[in-house]
Amino acid sequence: MPELRNMTLNFGPQHPAAHGVLRLVLEMEGETILRADPHVGLLHRGTEKLAESKPYNQSIGYMDRLDYVSMMSNEHGYVLAIEKLLGVEVPERGQYIRVMFDEITRILNHLLWLGAHALDVGAMTMFLYCFREREDLMDCYEAVSGARLHATYYRPGGVARDLPDEMPQYEKSQFRSDKDLERLNANRNGSLLDFIEDFTRRFPGYVDEYETLLTDNRIWKQRTVGIGVVTPERALQMGFTGPMLRGSGIAWDLRKKQPYEVYHKLDFDIPVGVEGDSYDRYLVRIEEMRQSNSIVKQCIDWLRENKGPINIVNHKFSPPKREDMKHDMETLIHHFKLFTEGYCLPEGEAYAAIEHPKGEFGVYLISDGANKPYRLKIRAPGFAHLAGFDEMIRGHMLSDVVAIIGTQDIVFGEIDR
Amino acid sequence: MLEILLILLKIVLIVVPLIIAVAYLTFMERKIIGYMQVRIGPNRVGPKGLLQPFADTLKLLLKEVIIPTNANRYLFLIAPILSLAPAIAAWAVIPFGMMEATETSPAKPLALTNIDASLLYILALTSIGVYGVLIAGWASNSKYAFLGAMRSAAQIVSYEIAMGFALVGVLMAAQSINLAEIVNQQSGGIWQWYWLPLLPLFIIYLVSGVAETNRAPFDVAEGESEIVAGFHVEYSGVAFAVFFLAEYANIILISMLTALMFLGGWLSPFESIPVVQDWFTWVPGMAWLLAKTCFIMFCFLWFRATFPRYRYDQIMRLGWKVFIPITIIWILVVGVAIVMKLPPWFDAA
Repeated sequence: MPELRNMTLNFGPQHPAAHGVLRLVLEMEGETILRADPHVGLLHRGTEKLAESKPYNQSIGYMDRLDYVSMMSNEHGYVLAIEKLLGVEVPERGQYIRVMFDEITRILNHLLWLGAHALDVGAMTMFLYCFREREDLMDCYEAVSGARLHATYYRPGGVARDLPDEMPQYEKSQFRSDKDLERLNANRNGSLLDFIEDFTRRFPGYVDEYETLLTDNRIWKQRTVGIGVVTPERALQMGFTGPMLRGSGIAWDLRKKQPYEVYHKLDFDIPVGVEGDSYDRYLVRIEEMRQSNSIVKQCIDWLRENKGPINIVNHKFSPPKREDMKHDMETLIHHFKLFTEGYCLPEGEAYAAIEHPKGEFGVYLISDGANKPYRLKIRAPGFAHLAGFDEMIRGHMLSDVVAIIGTQDIVFGEIDR
Repeated sequence: MLEILLILLKIVLIVVPLIIAVAYLTFMERKIIGYMQVRIGPNRVGPKGLLQPFADTLKLLLKEVIIPTNANRYLFLIAPILSLAPAIAAWAVIPFGMMEATETSPAKPLALTNIDASLLYILALTSIGVYGVLIAGWASNSKYAFLGAMRSAAQIVSYEIAMGFALVGVLMAAQSINLAEIVNQQSGGIWQWYWLPLLPLFIIYLVSGVAETNRAPFDVAEGESEIVAGFHVEYSGVAFAVFFLAEYANIILISMLTALMFLGGWLSPFESIPVVQDWFTWVPGMAWLLAKTCFIMFCFLWFRATFPRYRYDQIMRLGWKVFIPITIIWILVVGVAIVMKLPPWFDAA
């Protein structure tokens, strides 16, 4: 009798549900998964090493490319570490702008997660609904930084520019009638803040729409309830953070536990799950979107009332005004030095972490006193989650592989760095 | 000789509109789902994108049919034919309407052939279609295709039975397994159609039909996001197009059968409503049949845009533990109703 062996299936890296370049080697008995072996490294770009050869400010753009669906949050972790070593205090307006964009980013990330997760489980309409809302938030990114994805907007000491007073509008073209134009520009006639406020008014209704499609849907529940259960103990042991940890019932959120920026002044709740399954994590993330929406609203109210600097005025670290450079020699030198040599950090090391949409995103920085980091280590939440994949999938079926990849909110940019 | 030519003409009259309907069903699918998903759908080829299906067909025809090295070439190429042939052959017995009685001949259904056991014939042919899927999965010698084929086999086994039982209910109610006769038995207005007295069977037949044609939310054999494309993952060019054609021909077939067996076929929905029924006497029966079929096809697309996909063990559970018991119970209920001559549906029989 021939020897019986389990079937091994190579899942990815070219697979519609691989979320980028995940490669899984699955050992299966029929459709039941006995063992899953995630292979990482296919998107490795050496971000940490690259940062060692550049002045500090020039690495901000690399941070966008880590988790490429929550760009500004990555930047935030990096600039926080630099600020910690420098010991500078960010002006309050700068802090509010950062918090507002952190939460916009959280909504962006969760929308993509929801769309991709639902698409993996087979509800493809969700994907397009989510992208409709992402489009508006992308426009906010574009208005403030000029780029829709890789914004490079945060700076050590604050942010790059103040919020624009005018929202960019759609222009007339042969493909748009006047009526379309009027409809598209209806909420773009005011400032960026007006545009975001309009969005925050509409958004809860959209979340309700998503929930009518999924939350009580029997098929959705059958596909997520009891799938990928993580006990609170194991979640802690495996280093899970963010919604993956909160879904298991542990109310750990750096925004509450170690408040940074102005989170201690804002009013919001931390949703936690009970069962620790995919469905609870879905509910947690949905509620997080609503909470983020309310935080954005609070930030808008504050930002409308209070004007002020958005960056520290020390021109060793932040660029001087353009017009001053025309007549002031020292300012010109500051500008030149900042954009060529950069600035030096005092010798030492610092770890700064933020509550990234996916979990704890930390940056560990060692400086030897030069204008470049001696070593930069990035703690990506997704890496720990993917490491727990094998444990979550054992005994489930092939269809659940995609459901669990979805619930982990895997993005390979941050895992491979 | 003339008779053979007449039969050939009839075949052409059925198959050509069928293939055009398949082409435009793919187009309507992309348009309807597009609008449901706040998109526009294809609108570039021809006026309003109406030539898109032909562009797609042309593209697929010009592509190379790649046969994987380790595949069994003969089975690999036979499989698509095996899935298309029954999907088209089943149309031979579909009645599209009734021809009025003339002096020389009595009223007879408008169909290629009018055989007595047409329901049985349909049931047999639609079951053969799964062999195409199975053989495609095996012959490809690819793990994903293999998984797709296994899932398909399991699914068909569980749904054929529920579907068969649903048909048993219909033939009991109509006292006939001739499709035209089944439609004629439903005459007398919208409340006489079998969707009402056989409501559980109607729903189960429709859901089983979706499962039978491997459409969302039961598309586990294809499972886009799980097993990539399932049984036809290794197919390209014309061979792939043939699978596509078979799938959509089956959708139209199932929709038309549902219309015939449960929605009164070519009968007007306004029948036996005073005054109103006279306004619609000019509408040909075939128009009603097509309208009902289109409605069911729209439901197929609607399901696809709305629901997440079942896992394959959950499909089996639904088939065995829910559908089969319900059909058996309802067959008993129908049997009792027929014996008791329960008005208003069963008193005539």
